[in-house]
Amino acid sequence: MDYSPIWISLKTASLSILITFFLGIIAAQWVVNIKNGKVKTVLDSILTLPLVLPPTVAGFFLLYLFGVKRPIGQFFLEYFSVKIAFSWVATVLAAVVISFPLMYRSARGAFEQVDENLIYAARTLGMSEWNIFWRIIMPLALPGVASGGVLAFARGLGEFGATAMIAGNIAGKTRTLPLAIYSQVAAGNMEGAYHYVMIILLISFLVVVGMNYFTAKGRKFLSKETQK
Amino acid sequence: MSLSVSIKKYFKDFTLQVAFEQNGNMLGVLGASGGGKSMTLKCIAGIEKPDEGRIVLNGHVLFDSEAKINRKPQERKVGYLFQNYALFPNMTVEENIAASLSYLKRGKQQKIEEMIRRFQLQGLEKRFPMQLSGGQQQRTALARILAYEPEVIMLDEPFSALDFYLREKLQTELKDLLKGYQGDVILVTHSRDEAYRLCDQLLVLDRGQTVARGDTKEMFRNPQLLSVAQLTGCKNFSRTKILDKNHIEAIDWGIVLQTAESIPSDSDYIGIRAHDFRPAQAEEKNAFPIAVVEKIESPFGWDIVFQTKEQGPKIWWQFSKESSMAKENLPQYLSIAPERILLLRSCGHSL
Repeated sequence: MDYSPIWISLKTASLSILITFFLGIIAAQWVVNIKNGKVKTVLDSILTLPLVLPPTVAGFFLLYLFGVKRPIGQFFLEYFSVKIAFSWVATVLAAVVISFPLMYRSARGAFEQVDENLIYAARTLGMSEWNIFWRIIMPLALPGVASGGVLAFARGLGEFGATAMIAGNIAGKTRTLPLAIYSQVAAGNMEGAYHYVMIILLISFLVVVGMNYFTAKGRKFLSKETQK
Repeated sequence: MSLSVSIKKYFKDFTLQVAFEQNGNMLGVLGASGGGKSMTLKCIAGIEKPDEGRIVLNGHVLFDSEAKINRKPQERKVGYLFQNYALFPNMTVEENIAASLSYLKRGKQQKIEEMIRRFQLQGLEKRFPMQLSGGQQQRTALARILAYEPEVIMLDEPFSALDFYLREKLQTELKDLLKGYQGDVILVTHSRDEAYRLCDQLLVLDRGQTVARGDTKEMFRNPQLLSVAQLTGCKNFSRTKILDKNHIEAIDWGIVLQTAESIPSDSDYIGIRAHDFRPAQAEEKNAFPIAVVEKIESPFGWDIVFQTKEQGPKIWWQFSKESSMAKENLPQYLSIAPERILLLRSCGHSL
């Protein structure tokens, strides 16, 4: 059995959730603080678009932007000597773009749930906006943000369509677990596909359990009982 | 200690226009819900921005629309006690107090301990707000605000979230806790009892407009305006026609009454507080026959609803159970002492 899809998938999913997580909360906080209703709606629609587009269409756009002969792709190639399309970086790019809306929407919902009087009170008590965000908004929004993170991670791990378009299916380089499963089945090797399926199931399950445990632990302040 | 506020803020259906000066005492802002009371506090705190005007606190300009000054809430030194106290649910009592101490470089722990002692929160330091009673939450919120050493404290309906028993208890407690505080205090409320008990000075807001301002007791005694009389708890009103210097006809009630003072020419309403009626004989001064419509029992008294003419408006009379009156044996006539009649104007203001 070829183990490389496992490592590629884990690397891709880990790096992409790291990027998606922070991009998602920054975007969410940014949109929450926009006062103009129209601007807010338009921005929200754009940021949510990758969620509703078929992944192949998202992949098509990525290829259109980052292809070797396209402006952005050429820019990276010329100035950083980085070829994005059909490289490992492309798997990360695809996973980030596709999983981003899940993170962004969950975080935005969670931030909007935080009682705004708490934020006002914090301001009148002299707390800086940075402290207000990290010490009040984030802890209170954590369950929503964390579940957004789980969803985004799972989506990134399972990303297939956009990855196939922009990164291709190069064994040992861009072949992630979902692509490996597809390739095994396409080659008529059900046995090989079965192994990969079990691995992806196991990873997904562990992540969800871990996040649930972490969230429950972080919410002890909601219990009415006092700790000894 | 002085606070001077003069602001305007435009809304779709009304304009908030508030102006007052305060010098080191407890000012009550009385008004119906949605009348702009909380909005006024939020403008002073810097949470909302007025469209026009000026706010000056102890010589520091917090807001000036002409000079384009609008200080951040963080720079205003204004303490704001929210209706639900706005304690940070993810922080313990001591962490909540510490949150307001970012202005201190050292001695934070000392300050926290001092506040814990002063507000009798010993033993509760490690508790989260959800694990506190209503009274403990209020004390924590006050401790947090006073630790910040604000130059003015604003209390936004601080008792509305509490049940009746706790409310009365905390009203007295609040007065004690604020005793050592040197700055100005503003209390926003829709409860006349709270305003009367706690505030020396009163500002009455009606649909965003400042309609009256002055000494609390005087305002209850002589409200002058229909809206002020309503907010100070008067229940019975009638349009009037002035007959002569001392006689007035209550048009809605169909009775003529004699007044103690001479009637101002712009008076077009009278008000009579429910507990000011007295049982009387037919020939007495200001006596009128009544037809009882309803008797309502409350814990310590009776509310009698009556009419003075058929199909007339319902009038409320209140008497305590300790008085010699019995509900089975209600008088056929009631009277009102001339000096108890509130002569009112339906429009304008009494500034």
